[in-house]
Amino acid sequence: MEMLSGGQMVARALEDEGVEFIFGYPGGAVLHIYDALFQSCKVPHILVRHEQAATHAADGYARATGKPGVVLVTSGPGATNAITGIATAYMDSIPMVVLSGQVPSHLIGSDAFQETDMVGISRPIVKHSYLVKRTEDIPAIIKEAFYLAATGRPGPVVVDLPKDLTNPIDKYEYVYPETVKMRSYTPALRGHSGQIKKAIQLLLGAKRPVIYSGGGVILGNGSELLTELARELNYPVTNTLMGLGAYPATDRQFLGMLGMHGFYEANHAMHNSDVILAIGARFDDRVTNTISKFCPSAKIIHVDIDPASISKTVTADIPIVGPVNAVLKEMLTQIRATRTSQGADAGPDEEAIGRWWTQIDAWRASHGLWTAPRYDTETGLIKPQQVIESLYRATKGDAYVTSDVGQHQMFAAQFYKFDKPRRWINSGGLGTMGFGLPAAMGVKLAFPDDDVACVTGEGSIQMNIQELSTCSQYSVPIKIINLNNGYLGMVKQWQDMNYSSRYSESVYEDSLPDFVKLAEAYGHVGIKVDRLEDLDAAMDEAFRLKDKLVFLDVYVDRHEHVYPMQIAPDGSMRDMWLSKTERT
Amino acid sequence: MRHIISVLLENEPGALSRVVGLFSQRGYNIESLNVAPTEDATLSRLTLTTEGDDQKIEQITKHLNRLIEVVKLVDLTEGAHIERELMMLKVRATGAQRAEIKRCTDIFRGQIIDVGPNVYTIQVAGAADKLDAFIESIGDAAILEVVRSGVSGIARGEKVLTL
Ligand SMILES: Cc1ncc(C[n+]2csc(CCOP(=O)(O)OP(=O)(O)O)c2C)c(N)n1
Ligand SMILES: [Mg+2]
Repeated sequence: MEMLSGGQMVARALEDEGVEFIFGYPGGAVLHIYDALFQSCKVPHILVRHEQAATHAADGYARATGKPGVVLVTSGPGATNAITGIATAYMDSIPMVVLSGQVPSHLIGSDAFQETDMVGISRPIVKHSYLVKRTEDIPAIIKEAFYLAATGRPGPVVVDLPKDLTNPIDKYEYVYPETVKMRSYTPALRGHSGQIKKAIQLLLGAKRPVIYSGGGVILGNGSELLTELARELNYPVTNTLMGLGAYPATDRQFLGMLGMHGFYEANHAMHNSDVILAIGARFDDRVTNTISKFCPSAKIIHVDIDPASISKTVTADIPIVGPVNAVLKEMLTQIRATRTSQGADAGPDEEAIGRWWTQIDAWRASHGLWTAPRYDTETGLIKPQQVIESLYRATKGDAYVTSDVGQHQMFAAQFYKFDKPRRWINSGGLGTMGFGLPAAMGVKLAFPDDDVACVTGEGSIQMNIQELSTCSQYSVPIKIINLNNGYLGMVKQWQDMNYSSRYSESVYEDSLPDFVKLAEAYGHVGIKVDRLEDLDAAMDEAFRLKDKLVFLDVYVDRHEHVYPMQIAPDGSMRDMWLSKTERT
Repeated sequence: MRHIISVLLENEPGALSRVVGLFSQRGYNIESLNVAPTEDATLSRLTLTTEGDDQKIEQITKHLNRLIEVVKLVDLTEGAHIERELMMLKVRATGAQRAEIKRCTDIFRGQIIDVGPNVYTIQVAGAADKLDAFIESIGDAAILEVVRSGVSGIARGEKVLTL
């Protein structure tokens, strides 16, 4: 039997859990833990420069690997700095375990130095949280935290650790539990067969079907089965912003992203569909546009692990609660069985589906973003879309791409064709500027041999720019692709469209730093690109410098807008602006 | 429609705040709430009443179920059930009013549980609307203080809410 202090238990539990990285920042309340890490812990610790970045880095790691990201922060300001990243992870259902220090038990509630009610503050943005009461409970609570974070609908779990419980003197028996059993938590392991049967009937009888898949398919490792199902039926697939990569973008059946900045063909197909298979998606308001006008003739099959996501905004005709991969598997089995027993009569109606494809191909040809450039190529300026296309070529479509929030994010989502899941890493739900750089760090640490790019804007990058220092300490050679438009571009776009171009606080005057020098100051390489003819060469150079973090500062057309853009308020899915002057 | 939702909750610190937080966070209304440990010391039973159409109530129960500490719950209004609330009132009772209040209390099967020269303290139990009716019959003018426990409920017949 092994006797360990609370601090040692934390270190050991993380080892026993198979954790690969701890992203953290020390402080008074966690000094015992940090000492235990120093003395013996096989798990490398990455010292970030701001606790928000620790959470985003852990988040990026989790999105890319599927394993929970781990964060360690001190009490008070350390904990509150982590909040934005916890909320970001919560909104996108990302598995994460956040260990926060707390003031000693006897001081809790006394407004002690660096005391903050972490469990209280984080309550609405965690899947669950613990305030540890006894040192002996640490191993079991950490085990539970990882279990909760990663199973069912994943999410962040906070474990708040009062300092006295981690002191090096008091030692207790350490046993890391093998399994977890919680009477109050039993995530569904499979979908209801009867419901699946009904869904199959509806699906096989469809004349204008669309498969609408979201981040849940990626989180639930359902991409392969989704692809199999779509190919089996020859049905079109659209992905949400969070779901990109779940279905191979270069496949003919892929309609592109849907929603606010979704593809013309995707939004039109949705609007005109008669059956929608929604899988691991949640009918977000950035997808549906005006709910009352959403897909007027569609019957909806909704598959999700979280019952609360079903019929939340759009009522499902056939709800199926279960993990996407189990449900998809059973769907495939049932479809094949039905088709074997009933032959061609079982469906799909090939003629109808053929007509549907003809219609979709017509939409695609008229306004599809990938069939022809829809942006103005005659300006002589670098178009932000061209930068993403250049990035796509330089990385052969196989990079991990993180992004921040704004126009650059939408351009990346539209123009980088993700063929694999977990390659597109962005804050979709919370829309957190400052996410991209630390997230890229987490991804690159997990996959040191892969290309990792952070597509960002000059606004967003400055929200966690300090992490250039972390990248230099741990040699994290990511490529930062800064679409420098000199504006808070997405804000400016809205101001152009809705506020007669009154640029209230979306400009920086002449205050932007020289990003090349800034990168160099941190020991990295900076490259400025302001001519279209230099773009591809600079992009290639950035990726040729394998061991270097390269900051590619690309001066793009300052006045470009993201299109399509759904018309709100009161528009349906298919009501879109297609350019500054053209609308549906 | 008004719903009575009964919840078995892990008897742990912080569990209640998650339930209450859920309601404020998602803009749901709690009309009444009561909570106490059960015969199994590891569990609390929480009863809350709330208003909403079917879709809203479905979301409420789903979100409650999503809380890790919620072990089980039932919407009692979905079936036959018994609803009780305990109320204590302090009322001004002088002169002829004393007999009148006593009579009214008897009609509602209440009890006078404390007596002073100028006040009665009355206990009444029943469904919430019965308590409302009692308050009305006593009249605002006489009432000095009202304390209500919030609604508790239990299903009729053999149905039970246990683990
Ligand atoms: C932390 C945070 N603050 C504010 C916003 C609102 N917001 C969304 S996009 C945007 C502009 C982003 O500018 P930039 O990073 O330069 O990207 P661009 O749109 O120009 O490509 C802002 C301010 C946000 N999403 N996140
Ligand atoms: Mg910008």
